Amino acid sequence: MRLERRTHASPVALVVAPVAAVLATLLVSALLVRWAGAPVGRTYAAMLEGGFGSVFAWTETLTRAVPLILTGLAATVAFKARLFNIGAEGQLYGGAMAAVAVGGVQGGAELWGPVWLVFALMLAAAALAGAVLLLGPAWMKARLGVDEVVTTLLMNFIVLLGVSALLDGPMKDPTALGWPQSVPLAGELELSRPVQGARLHTGLFIAAALALALWQVFRRSVLGFDIRATGANARAAAFAGVPALRTAMVVAAISGALAGLAGAIEVAGRTGYVTMDMSPGYGYSGIVIAMLAGLHPLGVLGASVFVAGVLVGADTMSRVVGVPTYIADVIVATSLIAVLVATLLTQYRVRWARSTR
Amino acid sequence: MVPSVLRLQHITKRFGDLVANDDISLELSRGEVLALLGENGAGKSTLVSILFGHYEADEGHIEVFGRPLPPGQPRAALDAGIGMVHQHFTLADNLSVLDNVMLGTEPWWRPWSARATARAHLLATAQRFGLPVQPEALVGSLSVGERQRVEILKALVRGARILILDEPTAVLTPQESEDLFTTLGQMVAEGLSIIFISHKLAEVLRVSDRIAVLRAGRLVAQAPAHEVTQAQLALWMVGHAIELPERAPAARVGEPVCQLERVSAGSGRGRLSEVSLELRAGEIVAIAGVSGNGQAMLAELLCGMAQPASGQLRFLGSSMSGEVATLVGQGLARIPEDRHAVGVVGDLPLWENAVSERLRSPAFSRRALGLRWVRRGAAVAHAQRIVDDFDVRGGGLATPARALSGGNMQKLILGRALRSPDGKPARLIVAHQPTWGLDVGAVAYVQQQLIDARDAGAAVLVISDDLDEVLTLGDRVAVMHHGQLTAARPGADWSRESLGLAMAGAA
Repeated sequence: MRLERRTHASPVALVVAPVAAVLATLLVSALLVRWAGAPVGRTYAAMLEGGFGSVFAWTETLTRAVPLILTGLAATVAFKARLFNIGAEGQLYGGAMAAVAVGGVQGGAELWGPVWLVFALMLAAAALAGAVLLLGPAWMKARLGVDEVVTTLLMNFIVLLGVSALLDGPMKDPTALGWPQSVPLAGELELSRPVQGARLHTGLFIAAALALALWQVFRRSVLGFDIRATGANARAAAFAGVPALRTAMVVAAISGALAGLAGAIEVAGRTGYVTMDMSPGYGYSGIVIAMLAGLHPLGVLGASVFVAGVLVGADTMSRVVGVPTYIADVIVATSLIAVLVATLLTQYRVRWARSTR
Repeated sequence: MVPSVLRLQHITKRFGDLVANDDISLELSRGEVLALLGENGAGKSTLVSILFGHYEADEGHIEVFGRPLPPGQPRAALDAGIGMVHQHFTLADNLSVLDNVMLGTEPWWRPWSARATARAHLLATAQRFGLPVQPEALVGSLSVGERQRVEILKALVRGARILILDEPTAVLTPQESEDLFTTLGQMVAEGLSIIFISHKLAEVLRVSDRIAVLRAGRLVAQAPAHEVTQAQLALWMVGHAIELPERAPAARVGEPVCQLERVSAGSGRGRLSEVSLELRAGEIVAIAGVSGNGQAMLAELLCGMAQPASGQLRFLGSSMSGEVATLVGQGLARIPEDRHAVGVVGDLPLWENAVSERLRSPAFSRRALGLRWVRRGAAVAHAQRIVDDFDVRGGGLATPARALSGGNMQKLILGRALRSPDGKPARLIVAHQPTWGLDVGAVAYVQQQLIDARDAGAAVLVISDDLDEVLTLGDRVAVMHHGQLTAARPGADWSRESLGLAMAGAA
């Protein structure tokens, strides 16, 4: 068996591929569901119901999608330029800590300035914290050739242990009955919740606006050209006059800032303070989402809603049919593989070698 | 009648709509050199890839020594006695000659290595075919000619009785090519059969017994070498008569545009040492040399991609240290050696590639909101002008540049370099191997464009390892060897022989 590059992808394949990928995912996961002893049809129905079956389900799914959109965008912009940022998890926590450092108050005390100013500074500080955490690895890659996959991955551990130390030390909330959590964010800084009785917050609009902005930057700006050209062929980009180091630094700043904002918006929209379990790996899920989205900012929106819906729906499914929620992780992982294979098949054709005697 | 060792019957291979090989039937006799002649894209490489099992033919079959060859299996081709010497060597630089030759010949589960036997076998083979080597030398320390020898020995040691050589002289000096031809004679005398792939007419006539000409996937002619002429071969190869570039000597040589004074840069094999050269308006300076002797470094310096370690490099009177975009804006036109890997970003559309060097100029982008935004209308219109003026075919403005053929890609790069949005002509053109791998028609087109640009007042530097090109284009010619440059003398002062000697470092 071998792969041959197609001269051009057929338009039919471009439509059929993602559909086939979804079907393949459901089929593979069905085997596991059967194995767990549950009826496949009811299991999927429960999952769909729990993720998208009601207004409440939708609000939960979208709430879960917000940090995924932001970390998905962070991975998208970096991967597009072939800067493999695996450190979004650490950058998210860095952003969350910066947010409470600027906007946290003890026991309902007064804010130190006007709300709009503190709010703006809070987001800026979170973006800066995320950016700074990625600029170091990106600089070392550009100048010294240090593999950024290793450095950004290891930075996650450093940052998480640092956050843990801060939550047990200088930034610990003394009124939290000994739990390691930060002081809470001032109530005025919390994002408003447009749907009555639901946790969905306006962070969704911020995330969606950033996706649109990034899409336009990719499409229309010289920076967008620099990013796409560098990612597609760094030597040719440099020959055409793309400033390699500057592009790498700007990409790192944007990617880190987006992940940092994910942390700040989670704190301001959902949790209200920082704990060590505020992110169940949103930083890593962002990579999956970016790949599912084909590194397209608008695709990130759809992919985030899909992944969030599966995760939220899995909780319902687990209650109804008793299948462990881990099946959600399997579905997300399988869908990623299926989409990658489907994309490959739109660009290559498989040739099966005829057996010869 | 000499027995036939290889028989290709009705080979057809399609890639999508493209028919790369169309019903090709060929035979090769024992002790024969068969030249496969054709332009780039004529289907030579596809045909030998099928023969060697890299591709599988859609139709037709192959017999080697009377036995059918299973399709799509390089292993089977090797076992049947087919050896291939690729144009780009497949050697490990950090291993010795002996290690390279042995690589992959021993089963992995055998606990000992039969080095002594292999060494004796290698030396015996080298002796027999007149290919002297030192088994312990590191491949990385060998010259290009020596590496090719190792590559040939690798095939012979594996028992090849049919040897395929893909453009073997592309990397050799004229003298090294002569040595290769002598070796080929010896191999044929030993009963081997050879398929020699080339697009150079003179050497095909010199080396082969029989010539098969491919054009657009079809076998258009076959003839014994002693019955045909270069003109006849060219006509078969191209399908129509070719207009050669019109060339008058430089008429008005103006003031210097670019000067190098004792410039050194880089390190190792490809370094430059103390190179001095003056490029003047209205004149073409051609630099000959075997590739890998510092030409790449020289091209990088003059394209604004590197800075000299010592010495002076001046462009338009000031030191050449600005950013690429600035230099291009001042009239620097650049044609890089590797058009696929450096010239264009293959995944991006044609129009973006057509303006990529000038995207930062106010003509094609404006500042707003802290970023530069592309003036898409102006950029697309400029790209369209380039496509029209330089006759770039093979795709619309939105097609990825990768889809273009080599000739059209080179026209795009040429147009990008020579057409500025304000209509100013180029001041300095740096063209590194501008016609490498192009078909005859495209070669003539590119050379004509360079001559026209010279007549419009540009200083032109052409770096090439093709002697015909150097002698065709150069008003003055210099030769590069081991990072040093001879004085640039008028083209008429050089002969092919004196150039060849200087390229080998003997002058």
